[in-house]
Amino acid sequence: MTSRGRSTQRVLILLALVAAVLFVVAAGAVGQTETVAQEEEPVLISEQPVPESAERSEPTADHSKFEVLQGPFATGPDLTTACLSCHTEAAKQVQGTTHWTWDNHYGEGVGKTTQINNFCIGIQSNEPRCTSCHTGYGWTDNSYDFTVEENVDCVSCHDTTGTYKKFPTAAGHPAYEPTDFGGNTWNPPDLAMIAQNVGKTSNETCGACHFNGGGGAGVKHGDLNPDLLTASKDLDVHMSADGAGMVCSDCHEGNNHQINGSSVYMSPSDDSGVDLPLDDGDQATCQSCHGTQPMDSDKLNEHTDKVACQTCHIPTLARGETYTKTWWDWSTAGEFAPDGAKITTKDENGNVDYTTIKGNFEWDRDFVPDYVWFNGIVDVTIAGDPVVLNDNGVMELNAYSGSYDDEHSRIYPVKAFRGIQPIDEGNNTVALPHLFGKDDAAYWKSFDWNTAIAAGMTVAGSPYESNTSVPYSGEVGWMETVFYEPATHMVAPSGDAVECQSCHSRDGVLASLGGFYLPGRDGGALDWLMWGLVALTLIVVIVHGVMRVVGSNRRSS
Amino acid sequence: MSTHRVKIYAGFERLWHWLQALFIITLMITGFEIHGSYTLFGYENAVRIHNIVAWAFIVLIVFAIFWHVTTSAWRQYMPTGERSIITQGRYYAFGIFKGDEHPYRKTELSKLNPLQKMTYLGFKILIVPVMVSTGLLYVFYNSWESSWPGGLAWVAIIHAFGAFFLVIFLIVHVYMTSTGETPLSNVSAMVTGYEDIEDAPEEEPATV
Repeated sequence: MTSRGRSTQRVLILLALVAAVLFVVAAGAVGQTETVAQEEEPVLISEQPVPESAERSEPTADHSKFEVLQGPFATGPDLTTACLSCHTEAAKQVQGTTHWTWDNHYGEGVGKTTQINNFCIGIQSNEPRCTSCHTGYGWTDNSYDFTVEENVDCVSCHDTTGTYKKFPTAAGHPAYEPTDFGGNTWNPPDLAMIAQNVGKTSNETCGACHFNGGGGAGVKHGDLNPDLLTASKDLDVHMSADGAGMVCSDCHEGNNHQINGSSVYMSPSDDSGVDLPLDDGDQATCQSCHGTQPMDSDKLNEHTDKVACQTCHIPTLARGETYTKTWWDWSTAGEFAPDGAKITTKDENGNVDYTTIKGNFEWDRDFVPDYVWFNGIVDVTIAGDPVVLNDNGVMELNAYSGSYDDEHSRIYPVKAFRGIQPIDEGNNTVALPHLFGKDDAAYWKSFDWNTAIAAGMTVAGSPYESNTSVPYSGEVGWMETVFYEPATHMVAPSGDAVECQSCHSRDGVLASLGGFYLPGRDGGALDWLMWGLVALTLIVVIVHGVMRVVGSNRRSS
Repeated sequence: MSTHRVKIYAGFERLWHWLQALFIITLMITGFEIHGSYTLFGYENAVRIHNIVAWAFIVLIVFAIFWHVTTSAWRQYMPTGERSIITQGRYYAFGIFKGDEHPYRKTELSKLNPLQKMTYLGFKILIVPVMVSTGLLYVFYNSWESSWPGGLAWVAIIHAFGAFFLVIFLIVHVYMTSTGETPLSNVSAMVTGYEDIEDAPEEEPATV
């Protein structure tokens, strides 16, 4: 072999080595990044062990030993009076919270009190039914005095016996004598026994209202329903016993009865990250425990500037047994059976899909949420607001603000609850019907929308306290609406987070979310032209080849 | 006419060529999945493979530049003038069907014909730099997109545009390998490094 041949051989061996190293490095990188997809322990910034339920702090007082709690108590307010004899400031604290005021813009009267939705539309004129979930007693109409301390309902949150239940139509009171409702007899709870066993809030006490919003299990929220009380890890990594075993107040903690976290005005992101005491006042965010860059992959962490944690980690809503309501058409209400009886029908899954008093419903479970740009600002609707339809001819009753260009916005998952509800056709304004009541004007008594809306509008409006009424033309119309419920609970194990191609594909779940370039979804507008050029090239090459063969055959023959 | 066996492609050149081929085809397959054209590996895997191979390709490019500079092989790609390109083009468009001789003989010193020189030079100084730079911008877009909102769309579209041209290049390139002395002689040269090359023409015998 010549010296030149040997040196070539040496170079070749060297280069083969380089290539081998290159591939080993690449293979190593593949192996390393693959672990991202595997299920792993949640990444918490704090290395402190999460306390077991049994290790949670025990109370320093045994309430059964207090003389003032021996009872008997005739009413809820009587019990509260006993509580306040020791906890002198508790009622004042509660009265400063949204649990009491149902007013999210403090002093502006905008919140549950006046906000319009597309479930039972509005509270005003319907109080005794709606306020069965108020942390108080006796809110029957708009003359309610929000300063009466004994009307604060302590045990709705602090009952540990599971026996305290507020009667569905008694303005927040429990039944004081056996009463029938909805085919069941509601027996009066033993208030003295309950008082002697008060303690911390629990998933059961919070869930009594928050799992049953809209009047039944899971009706309103796709991510909050009684399935959470017995959640599997797949349903909710935080609240399941075999997951973190957490309770609501572990995230929704607070001082002075002021609880962190609001479903009306919530944070799609939390740049302050892990919270220390007295930090940013918002300790209910994902970032409060997990930090702002919790994932193993840089590429995934880079997504957090535009995508909320919930978007990937809550792949579907209502993943348990319980269905959630997705559609409510009020315009079909008021149909009776030939014998004049009210109608109730159920769908194939056993969910009510029509009632005379409420119209048509649709239900769903384990479904992909809608996704919106959201910066935390919600534009709510109150009675008398003008009807404003979006491009799809639908009014967004709580329009979410946000866009790609806004640094505070994230892509956020919502349950988009849709329905058809009444409007004041003459004034083209949002109507508030008086549904519930024993008076003839109530829709559920008269089945006359005109009188119901007239009655509702006379007490509707904002601010709540000033009793301004809203004009009503006397003409009933209908509009399709959507109401967004933010999804933030029922976080799935990390291995169940949505796949990349759920969004990064031509017809993925973000197919209709505009304002930005999404790889895998966008950029295909001129593909037909480019593939056409590729095809043309192939044709030219094939024709050229055939002509060469033909030419060579001709020459040889 | 007699031929002699000549080493046309150095060891590194062949390794570089075939690695580059492997990398580009892998980048194509995964890249068009990322582009949304089809589903094959799944988006996450496609991105992972695409990124790793892209980095490997960049390493290879660094080696290739070093080799081209130190061996002066870059001279092979220097353009040879408009006329020669037209001559070569005319051969592929007409002469090749009539069995004409290749207008430019392959020699050890000049192994690329004028059209190849032009195409490969364009590949080296235009397509590859555009693909590498838009690719890097794509990967690191989080660090600059705040100062150029919407820039990702341009980066991604240019990157995809380049990819389509590479598909076209690949088709033509593979086809053109068949235009050597025999259909497989060019491929064989790129594998073994050696090719049978015509001896320099001897003096033409005087015509009667």
